[in-house]
Amino acid sequence: MSRYSAWSILAQGLRGNRGWRRAWREPDPKSAYDVVIVGGGGHGLATAYYLAKEHGLRNVAVVEKGWLGGGNTGRNTTIVRSNYMIEGNTRFYERSLKLWEGLSRDLNFNVMFSQRGQYTLSHSPAQMDAARRRANVMRANGIDAELLDREAVARHLPYVDTSASARFPVHGAVLQRRAGTARHDAVAWGFARGADRLGVDIIQQCEVVGFLHDGDRVVGVDTTRGPIRAGKVGIAVAGHTGHLAAKAGLRLPIETHLLQAFVSEPLKPMVDTVIAFGGAHFYISQSDKGGLVFGGDLDGYNSYAQRGGLPVVAHTMASAKALIPSISRLKVLRHWAGAMDMTMDGSPIIARTPIEGLYLNGGWCYGGFKATPASGWCFAWTIAKDAPHEDNAAFTLDRFERGVQIDEKGAGPYPQAH
Amino acid sequence: MTASRLPTGGRIDRSKPLSVTFDGRPIDAFAGDSLASALLANDEILVGRSFKYHRPRGVFSAGVEEPNALVHLRTGGRHEPNARATMVEAFDGLVANAQNAWPSVRLDVRAANQLLAPFIGAGFYYKTFIGPFRGTRFWMFCERFIRRAAGMGSPGTLEDPDRYETVNLFCDVLVVGGGPAGLSAALAAGRAGAQVVLVEQDAQLGGALLSAPIGDPSDAWLEAIRSELSAMSNVRVLTRATVFGAYDHDVYGVVERVWDHVAAAPEGQPRQRFAVVRTKRTVMATGAIERPLVFGGNDRPGVMLAGAVRSYVNRYAVLPGRHMVVATNNDSAYATARDLAAAGADVTLVDARQTVPDELASQSRAEGVDLRPGCAVLSAKGRGRVAGAVIAPVSEEGRATAPGKTIACDLIAVSGGWSPTLHLWSQRQQKPVFDAEKACFVPAGDTVPTMTCAGDARAAGGLATAIADGFAAGENAVIATGATNAAGHVPEAPEPWPGDDWTRGIAPLWTVTRADGKPAGKAFVDLQNDVTTSDIDLAHREGYQAVEHLKRYTTTGMATDQGKLSNVNALARMAQLRDAEIADVGTTTFRPPYTPITIGALAGNETGHHFRATRLTTIDEWHREHGAVMTEAGAWLRPWYYPEAGEDVRAAYVREAAHVRQHVGIVDVSTLGKIAVQGPDAAEFLNRIYINGWKTLPVGRLRYGVMLREDGFVFDDGATARLGEHDYFMSTTTANAAPVLAFAERLLQTAWTDLEVHVTSITDQWAAIAVAGPKARDLLATVVGDADLSREALPNNHFTHGRISGVEVRVHRMSYSGELAYEIYVPALFGRAVWEALIAAGGPFNLKPYGTEAMGALRVEKGHVAGPELEGRTTLNDLRLEGFASTKKPFVGSVLRNRPALTDADRPTLVGLEIDGEVGALPGSLLFAAAGPTEGRGEGWVSSTTYSPALGRNIAMGLLKNGPSRMGETVRVVDFVGDRTLKATVVSHHFFDPEGERQNA
Amino acid sequence: MLRIPCPICGLRDETEFSYGGDASVKRPAMAETDPKAWMDYVFYRGNPRGRHLEYWHHVQGCRQWLVVERDTVSHVISGCRLAREVSP
Repeated sequence: MSRYSAWSILAQGLRGNRGWRRAWREPDPKSAYDVVIVGGGGHGLATAYYLAKEHGLRNVAVVEKGWLGGGNTGRNTTIVRSNYMIEGNTRFYERSLKLWEGLSRDLNFNVMFSQRGQYTLSHSPAQMDAARRRANVMRANGIDAELLDREAVARHLPYVDTSASARFPVHGAVLQRRAGTARHDAVAWGFARGADRLGVDIIQQCEVVGFLHDGDRVVGVDTTRGPIRAGKVGIAVAGHTGHLAAKAGLRLPIETHLLQAFVSEPLKPMVDTVIAFGGAHFYISQSDKGGLVFGGDLDGYNSYAQRGGLPVVAHTMASAKALIPSISRLKVLRHWAGAMDMTMDGSPIIARTPIEGLYLNGGWCYGGFKATPASGWCFAWTIAKDAPHEDNAAFTLDRFERGVQIDEKGAGPYPQAH
Repeated sequence: MTASRLPTGGRIDRSKPLSVTFDGRPIDAFAGDSLASALLANDEILVGRSFKYHRPRGVFSAGVEEPNALVHLRTGGRHEPNARATMVEAFDGLVANAQNAWPSVRLDVRAANQLLAPFIGAGFYYKTFIGPFRGTRFWMFCERFIRRAAGMGSPGTLEDPDRYETVNLFCDVLVVGGGPAGLSAALAAGRAGAQVVLVEQDAQLGGALLSAPIGDPSDAWLEAIRSELSAMSNVRVLTRATVFGAYDHDVYGVVERVWDHVAAAPEGQPRQRFAVVRTKRTVMATGAIERPLVFGGNDRPGVMLAGAVRSYVNRYAVLPGRHMVVATNNDSAYATARDLAAAGADVTLVDARQTVPDELASQSRAEGVDLRPGCAVLSAKGRGRVAGAVIAPVSEEGRATAPGKTIACDLIAVSGGWSPTLHLWSQRQQKPVFDAEKACFVPAGDTVPTMTCAGDARAAGGLATAIADGFAAGENAVIATGATNAAGHVPEAPEPWPGDDWTRGIAPLWTVTRADGKPAGKAFVDLQNDVTTSDIDLAHREGYQAVEHLKRYTTTGMATDQGKLSNVNALARMAQLRDAEIADVGTTTFRPPYTPITIGALAGNETGHHFRATRLTTIDEWHREHGAVMTEAGAWLRPWYYPEAGEDVRAAYVREAAHVRQHVGIVDVSTLGKIAVQGPDAAEFLNRIYINGWKTLPVGRLRYGVMLREDGFVFDDGATARLGEHDYFMSTTTANAAPVLAFAERLLQTAWTDLEVHVTSITDQWAAIAVAGPKARDLLATVVGDADLSREALPNNHFTHGRISGVEVRVHRMSYSGELAYEIYVPALFGRAVWEALIAAGGPFNLKPYGTEAMGALRVEKGHVAGPELEGRTTLNDLRLEGFASTKKPFVGSVLRNRPALTDADRPTLVGLEIDGEVGALPGSLLFAAAGPTEGRGEGWVSSTTYSPALGRNIAMGLLKNGPSRMGETVRVVDFVGDRTLKATVVSHHFFDPEGERQNA
Repeated sequence: MLRIPCPICGLRDETEFSYGGDASVKRPAMAETDPKAWMDYVFYRGNPRGRHLEYWHHVQGCRQWLVVERDTVSHVISGCRLAREVSP
């Protein structure tokens, strides 16, 4: 495998780029592995990568029903941040952000993590109070956060409507400078290439249709390319977790909902940061290609369809215009949707399941992308050691029975509200 | 001068010249021109630069698929980047400028990027910029330059002065596309009596027929159909309108560019209109888009689609060159060759097919066309524009079988076949299949039975076939909707022309290469994004072979045309490399919008203060007239404070709160949620939904209640009064008015269907005014008639009926401030009248209004919980409300509130905090023990704070671990972001008058 | 956009309704004290891919809670009844 660098680009360029090799192999599945990870998205690939890298488990396969990164990894709005307030979330997401900061070097693949900062706007005194609490929790946990007033927001983001006459006048913002965006596809490809180099078999076009059992224990997966036995099976198929887990007999605190995302035509630099509007659910950034990337609310009903409806389209555009009035004459180029595992408290699950040999990673709601490295890191730990790391210890399946709801929004057991 | 305006012909109005400029240069244009046709007529060949290499580019198409001719349109607040010159109708005063080029489109310094092409091919950025250092700084340094180079047009910075609107349309049959098939479909459905909406993106109906020469037999056909349709009142024709998305349940998104073809919309008119169409059946008569051919230098200005060239000649009377090469692999380009020859150009027609249909061959030769079967263009020559074409005989695979010969030319018109426009059809998750014979994807196996394709959209065949196909689709659509009139006969098609069927006899030709299989020069697959065949080769080599990986790795199909031109050629190249069939490679997913849609149009009327309705109480105007500063409270605006001269918010609220405790104050509490709970089982219902008991509450009394969510966390609180035997009046917090009602209805309709109870929102029916302070009773005694407000007759938590200024009111004696206080409920329309009557009567008592900030100060002094404490994660125990919970009955949440972690005594629990010193604490500060590090989560947090005028000090409410057992302890209040640490003493949250003597006065 | 055939109001846009989740779960009787029964009602869901019975509340119409039968992949609605007429 060739190592990527400016030199390799130069050398290959002079030789007509004929020497580049496959980024990952395309092996046929073996009959058995130590660990099989179901789901070739960012989380599954990261899990395999860290199993091999951190725990020396290299007899590992990732099975993917379609193509790598084809689920939510390849259709999210790419925001990376660690501005979480509730116990269980705060340190986990900060671990993830720290992994992000070294990820391109670690993977020898530029995932284009650009720490262009995120502004989370507040539009009332009550929202400012909540913002202060969040920012204080972040700071007390060693995470960067600043609380800005309206004037500072107006100075930093001149294109945002900070006028007093705005429908939702800006009162201030929490700024996390280390937040930013990354190139979503590159994360899947980088982890795939990294895992492959460590010996992991990545098997595309291989759908899991059931689980292999030995008594009460799961000992493998049945796939469209035949049965594959495994010492341990990890599920990382967010969006389809409930559906797949049901095949193993699990009933989960998850509903699948759809979330839309939007991109504008390519434009010269305009929004050089990430902004979350507080007047409505809306967030926006601009990709390196120049497209404004933005999103809003869930469509709000159970769906696996990966296509959204007009009401959310119209509302998201109205939110965009309310936040940035000059956006009105720009054009939206494409909109799409992903299927989200929405949990009953808005927080994920990375845990052993009640079924021996079966491990679950899911419930990412619509915050899974930023979690990718830590999710893989912690899931790998949990699988390898049969016990959670302290950073994912809260993300258990039984937390609801115990009364621990990791509820960032305080929205209660209503998945579409998170 | 090579491109020029023809002296006659075309569908332009030479009597209406327009003033148009491009990059400051005047452009001669006429009504009926597109910006692109005007540019070509003025020999403006170089109009844009590509995304990555900044290569010079010219107009390539005549339609929505245009990848090159993107411009800045208009100026100032009406500036629009990435406007497709092919879709911009010329108008008087049109100002367009080239974009993505510096200093000018003719001399763009970033064209130097081309020199780096070997090193910056597909995905190069994934392999470098990783940097020698830890962290992301090196990448971000490099990224800055990449970002500046990327992007196409520049966004404007000014507010959009135009208005937009949203409308709803309903119909039986929606016909998308106003070409021959769509017109026929609309005709059939219209004649049958169905409600029809026909949508056409062009300014004119006619579709491909508009590209025929003036006087063509199709003109008469078109005119006949147009006039028949316009006479039908049940057919609504929208031109300049795009169906951009097909959504579930037969809902379609349409944007109509109502006044976008003029410099500025007339006063009061919308620039664009967003129509949400709900239909029963849809006919997709969306036509087909011509495919380019892939060969060396195929991006040079002067290479154009053959069909587009025909449009420019016939519709716009522009001859885009004098010496033309037309390159094709199918019949359709023969029409272009014919019409070019007729317009006076000399034409060489190279057809990659070894055998050419006899009729076409002889006809073409008779018209003076130099026909060369079995040949293809191997490469285009020229720098800024095409100067020649290298022509060679080719094999079936597109490999040159002999050395090429250069012929001088100034235009190369290409046709690689056609792709049916299946975008809308596919958006509803239908997968097209590849038809190898017709060399295109076609719709198959309609999984959405309410939608059919017709005409070119399903590669039906030539003009007569398209007309018959469209008509049949229209008839079938009507049958399904139940209309019964006869549709009559298919309109007789204009006389067919032998080359009008592109589906017949096409020989697929994907990439034209030299004998060694390599293209002769850079061969572009995606013009705008500069994706070449070598990029696809690289993606294949590196394993990015799945169609989505190919797209994402090379960016092919991700440009503003979303692959309309590039997708099939890219797939074909990948299929060749994988030695697979195109059908097995598959396609990427079609997503809305079909063409880029203005964000402002979709936002519609929801802009400015119409973005979200603001709710105002019926007393609102009085507040503003009296200088209130307003604040957001959910959807409501409420008075925050009423400043007197020179006061800021702090000075004002301290004065207002103190005034209430000393004299009497008045506050508008109309925003509280109000719900009528009525029926024989009303008490039982309340008993279940509230944690406390309701069965013993007598008529005339009211009671504070708390409700939980199903999961046992605190949901809401408020007072409920028993108005009658079966009639209760519930109040909720402002924020939860709607959720509480919906929850109550859910319980009653899904679970407790046996209870005879009805709940009704009456929030909007009642204004509410609180009067609080030691003089409240004395004041009210002077204005409330027909009621005995005496201490004995109306103790706390009782209500009575009365009359103020002739208005019947209900006076609840209850206190939020802790003072002697009343809430007066008034029919909403009389809110202001009663308020003013109270103000008028209040003079002798020194009555003053107070806002939400003072209300908050008063409630913090009393230790009442409100929004900051009812934050969705707190339990009864956390808020010290467990004493209200009945132990004798179950209630909503009574089981799950006892889950282990929720009964942990260590949970942060409500306390009062007396802040040391002159400076108050800020809500959202964290609580830490007096000693030790201030890191981690702390021991709790500050929820609400105020300066207490009554106590003369700063106080706060907060949730502190083990709070109740820590009375008297000193804790630190840390505001990290404000960089301030305060000390505070833990006290009871009932700061002021804990015995409640004042409210019972 | 979904269009929901409200038994009271007729075919109406999704925007008039609010979603209430899985309608196949049954609320335990008030006297139920087993936390497991309540957990099943409040937290655990079948989340099927395909036919789904779900609550919708016609908040901007008749304010009735409805039980809609809808496919979670095709979004096709095949039934809609008043919740109070569906035995839970």
